[in-house]
Amino acid sequence: MTAVVARARAGLRFERWAPALLLGGAVGLYVGIALLTGQSQYLTPDNAVAILGRSIALGITAIGQTFAILVASIDLSVASLISASAVLASVVMNGEPRMILPAIVAVLALGALVGLVNGLIITKLEVNPLIATLGMALIIQGGLSAFVSNFAGAVPEAFLVFAYGAIAGVPLSLVFLLALAAVAGFVLRFTRFGSDIYSVGGNRDAARLAGLRTDRVVIGAHVVCSLCAAIAGLYLASRLRSGAPWIGSDGVYDLESIAVVVIGGTLLAGGRGGVWGTMGGVLIFSLIDATFNLAGVDAFAKQVLRGVVIVAAVAFYAVRSRRLVA
Amino acid sequence: MTDRAVPARRGRAFARINPVYVVLAALLVAIALNNPAFVEPTGYMNFVKRAAPLAILAAGQLFVIVSGGFDLSAGAVVTFVVVGASMLLGENPDGTWWVIALMYGAGLGVGLVNGAIVCYLRVPSLIATLGTMISLGGAAAMWSGGAPRGYLSDGFRWFGRANLGDIPVIGFLPVAVIVLGVVGAALGWLMHGANLGRLLHAVGDNPRAARLAGVPVNRVRITAFVISALSAVTAGVLLGGFAGVSTDVGAGFELQAITAAVLGGAQLLGGRGSVLATIAGALTLTAIFTLLNFLGLPQPVRQVVQGVILIAAVAVATYRRRSSGG
Repeated sequence: MTAVVARARAGLRFERWAPALLLGGAVGLYVGIALLTGQSQYLTPDNAVAILGRSIALGITAIGQTFAILVASIDLSVASLISASAVLASVVMNGEPRMILPAIVAVLALGALVGLVNGLIITKLEVNPLIATLGMALIIQGGLSAFVSNFAGAVPEAFLVFAYGAIAGVPLSLVFLLALAAVAGFVLRFTRFGSDIYSVGGNRDAARLAGLRTDRVVIGAHVVCSLCAAIAGLYLASRLRSGAPWIGSDGVYDLESIAVVVIGGTLLAGGRGGVWGTMGGVLIFSLIDATFNLAGVDAFAKQVLRGVVIVAAVAFYAVRSRRLVA
Repeated sequence: MTDRAVPARRGRAFARINPVYVVLAALLVAIALNNPAFVEPTGYMNFVKRAAPLAILAAGQLFVIVSGGFDLSAGAVVTFVVVGASMLLGENPDGTWWVIALMYGAGLGVGLVNGAIVCYLRVPSLIATLGTMISLGGAAAMWSGGAPRGYLSDGFRWFGRANLGDIPVIGFLPVAVIVLGVVGAALGWLMHGANLGRLLHAVGDNPRAARLAGVPVNRVRITAFVISALSAVTAGVLLGGFAGVSTDVGAGFELQAITAAVLGGAQLLGGRGSVLATIAGALTLTAIFTLLNFLGLPQPVRQVVQGVILIAAVAVATYRRRSSGG
């Protein structure tokens, strides 16, 4: 009896510390490669901030994706929503500072609408989330390309603060990402909505029988997910100074956000994981990219290794589990 | 589980016809009305020829879907075959046969790797095949240096491009259509005639129950991934016949294949699916694209329509399943 309990505890502990172990490994690899190749100038705090700064959009998207995956759903429409949000923002702003606020409101409204529709299709029509959001991705991308085919509109100087501003040497966007993660972590850990998400993701039928309105929870998670993607679109519009209909799919934000969430220890089957793991996953991703750059791996070989890293990182958690996976 | 399992409800024969056949027939009539040349052999044979790679890919994908997983790497396999064959044939133009054999060897390897990652490392198939998709895409780009400069020999293009002439009644028969017929019959027998199909359905329906009942779950699932990868190689060889050589020739193919299987009534996450209906689903998808082309609608509209039918098809299938108690 005690042995069983002990083993269960050890398993729990491993799951809790696995992202940290992976992260430690990634940091160790980076430092090791930097020292081995004699590039210790890349081991400064400034460079660490620069590495983080490359993954802001992925981080924001992945925070939202964490919510979708925690309720045992998934969102493939984030990439096209990012493109649509960036284009909408830069078209509405059109270089005029007084249109910044309306543009932000419009983009957030778009995000909320897409999330709501995704959630309704998944819960009320009972369409598999993969198919529902894939269909939504096609609809958004098609609708977007029908109107714009190149960089459209422009972002006013004042809005560039989002991507290029800094507070005490730390990029504003990084502060924003961490604040967003803190809020998301708080919601998941301390609010009713957060605990509902874990219940519904863990076992939807049990949650329904326990009296939860599971449909609302799933819809809510999708609204959060789409809102985050919309914010990522705003960030990219600020960073690129304009929006184009391919920036989301170019960044492969749909599949990469899913990959970092899962690397961060959130179960693809839902119900277990969290935002800080996801942040760890984002960090691991950007560290590995930076390591490849240090080691001078060429772009295509980097892509090959990236696929291997995704599988290896997920296998690191999954290989211990006895459950059958889909 | 299978259609044969419920002989009691044979009375409502009409309701049991898979709607994909009705939709396909309606679409073909619509195309024929728009373009009278379609009823000539040149019209419909070229249509089937164009749909053949997708149909074969989808039929292979169905094996993985029925077993409860996804194979996102199928499109990358297609790209790898086309790019790899062009690189090899660029240097030795008369090596068609060993190049094809080599590609089937590579496909076998990809299928085995996918299956092993899912079964032994316990990585969910979505992530596992996403990893192989990224790695294979990188490998194809690495091999060709990003811009394939080889060319495909006429011998290699024969499979996708050539027509056999002097056939009674229909006049000519494209080789691609013969390949589709042979592969479709073989896969149909494997799924609906051989023991493998029953095992696949059992695994997809309830993996734990299947394991307890003595089904060699891992071997069955690995076989499904191998069949999917080998079908993708076949699709790649056919596609090489009429598509240009580029590093994105297979991009998005895997999602179209999943769409075709879903249109054919396959149930995502396993337990239900028919090879013939999947091939009909692939023809339906191609017919929709053809029809939109005839109507002169631009590419973005095609995307939106594809998204809408994807969601609608699954919603209708869910509704029918619930109302028939299946």
